[in-house]
Amino acid sequence: MAKNIRMNAPLPDHDRARQLLHTMVLIRRFEEKCVELYSASKIRGFMHLYIGEEAVATGVIEQLQPDDAIVATYREHGQALAKGMSAGSIMAEMYGKVEGCARGRGGSMHLFDAKTRFCGGNAIVGGGLPLAVGLALADKMQNRKRVTVCFFGEGAVAEGEFHESMNLAALWQLPVLFLCENNLYAMGTALRLTESVTDIAKKGAAYNVESAAVDGMDLLAVSEAAAKAVAHVRECRPYLLECRTYRFRAHSMFDAELYRSKDEVTEWKKRDPITLFFEAMKAASVLSDADFEAVEKEVAKEVDDAVAFAEAGTWEPVSDLTRFVYSEGQRP
Amino acid sequence: MTFRDAVREGIRDAMRKDARVFLMGEDVGHYGGCFAVSKGLLAEFGPGRIRDTPLMESAFVGAGIGAALGGMKPIVEIMTCNFSLLALDQIMNTAATLLHMSGGQFNVPLVIRMATGGGKQLAAQHSHSLEGWYAHIPGIKVLTPATLEDGYGMLTSALNDPDPVLIFENQTLYNMEGEALVNPGAVDIAKARVRREGKDVSIFTYGASLNKSLDAAATLEKEGISVEVVDLRVLRPLDDATIMASVAKTHRVLIVDEGWRSGGISAEISARIMEQAFYELDKPVTRVCSAEVPMPYAKHLETAALPQVESIIAAIKQLVPDHG
Ligand SMILES: Cc1ncc(C[n+]2csc(CCOP(=O)(O)OP(=O)(O)O)c2C)c(N)n1
Repeated sequence: MAKNIRMNAPLPDHDRARQLLHTMVLIRRFEEKCVELYSASKIRGFMHLYIGEEAVATGVIEQLQPDDAIVATYREHGQALAKGMSAGSIMAEMYGKVEGCARGRGGSMHLFDAKTRFCGGNAIVGGGLPLAVGLALADKMQNRKRVTVCFFGEGAVAEGEFHESMNLAALWQLPVLFLCENNLYAMGTALRLTESVTDIAKKGAAYNVESAAVDGMDLLAVSEAAAKAVAHVRECRPYLLECRTYRFRAHSMFDAELYRSKDEVTEWKKRDPITLFFEAMKAASVLSDADFEAVEKEVAKEVDDAVAFAEAGTWEPVSDLTRFVYSEGQRP
Repeated sequence: MTFRDAVREGIRDAMRKDARVFLMGEDVGHYGGCFAVSKGLLAEFGPGRIRDTPLMESAFVGAGIGAALGGMKPIVEIMTCNFSLLALDQIMNTAATLLHMSGGQFNVPLVIRMATGGGKQLAAQHSHSLEGWYAHIPGIKVLTPATLEDGYGMLTSALNDPDPVLIFENQTLYNMEGEALVNPGAVDIAKARVRREGKDVSIFTYGASLNKSLDAAATLEKEGISVEVVDLRVLRPLDDATIMASVAKTHRVLIVDEGWRSGGISAEISARIMEQAFYELDKPVTRVCSAEVPMPYAKHLETAALPQVESIIAAIKQLVPDHG
């Protein structure tokens, strides 16, 4: 279990705390609804849940500007929601409807949104890292002070792309934040079975990339660590932030979870990021039970609306199948 | 002027005209390019735009994709197509898919250049022709320049294209001499071109096999066989119209491809002729391809493995036995 390395972050005010709670609860309830809809066969394909890891996307993305970019993995519902993509467009995507954020071509693993600079869920482990480096290179070459955040699991650290990308970003001093969501398992293989050095933040040193590890269940700790990391990256220097977290659910919808014990999962659930955050806010009189109830109500409506939007959506005509293999008038 | 010079001029002019264009790859800067294509460009444009990369094909191709998404116009050079396999994931799973998978939101205006082909005794890890493989992939375009005009112009056109374009430069062409280009510019990257008119048989070919085919045609003319030579130029998308028009004219077909025969671009072209022009054929379609072996080092074996003027002539004589 991750050590509690909370950094005594300053207390948020009521509005910020409520907003953060809202984002985490939205991700949680949205995905719980997804599970229901998956069982009802409304959603198909591979679907990977973020439940348990909400504090990471919420805390990191809170520190970004609207025109900062995100490159994510197939486990990206949380990042997409936190970046401000509409729940309806995401749900419609999972339904495979043309109103979805990628016209139903991508599904759960491939959410895209040019407006919010959400540059995709990439389902090739490690595949997004070079892309993020390139986005950062373009920003640097055009003197833009934007940040690109690349989310990836600890499993991706074993891929060559991790090492190539860290090296290149450091060599060229590019504004990219490598955001490792260490949930201890790559599908069913534990980190200790795959890495000779399991302390991922340490790997930054090999490439001269400033790095830190943070308790990924502690929203305010993540947020504070991310603030520091993003400020560093904004000065055109890469950064590696390892968030130590845990997924409460199976890897995907097809996983008997033979590789970990129920007790381990139960232990981690005691550190549910939503509960941890809310209890701390309540104890500090920043949020009340009434706030939580109100948030739940708002979120329930958002999720219902998203489902209604997806249900009302339409199928892309088959005659459009070959559209966008090549561009239709996009200028280079 | 050589083919190498033509490509270099294409890069130089593009970089002078558009600040978004930059070149990156292994040894493109201080070394001057593995095949000396980019020689002198570092001095003119500096290390910010002529970027030497570490040995990381996957990452610098992926970075090219990202830079293209971020508004730049990268030219990524991969030393040879053999090494491009280390970047195949980025090319196929990202560059080729992004636009479609994002529902039309993220196009990738990326140009990737790489050397291809054999003939220089570089053996089995530096001599293969993989352009036909890449032509299998929807979402990218595959160009195979064989003339100075195309060496310059295809690069220019590729940079004007909103989607990923792969340019395969046959390594034996770099020293090819030609007339200096006058007012070179963009060329079409959609059409095949008839390089030599003929009436008895059509050769469909591209890259280094174009000159071999033209040499064979010149020899055969003296023997009374009139050979039409079509330079495919673009392997994806294939220009069916020009191919079928030539079939309808000569009724006999030889495909010359430096790639392997099985499952290659020659098989694809042959299948399309069956589908679209079967009743135009007087004889079955014939192919001269590379032998189905890893390319050997020894000169005589390598020569035997590659399409040659002699093997092209022999194949044509089989197709047109009743000449004279
Ligand atoms: C290149 C590649 N290899 C294997 C897979 C199959 N796969 C999908 S997710 C996954 C585990 C990745 O674990 P991690 O990076 O820790 O991310 P997590 O799923 O835990 O968020 C694997 C092996 C893949 N998608 N891509």
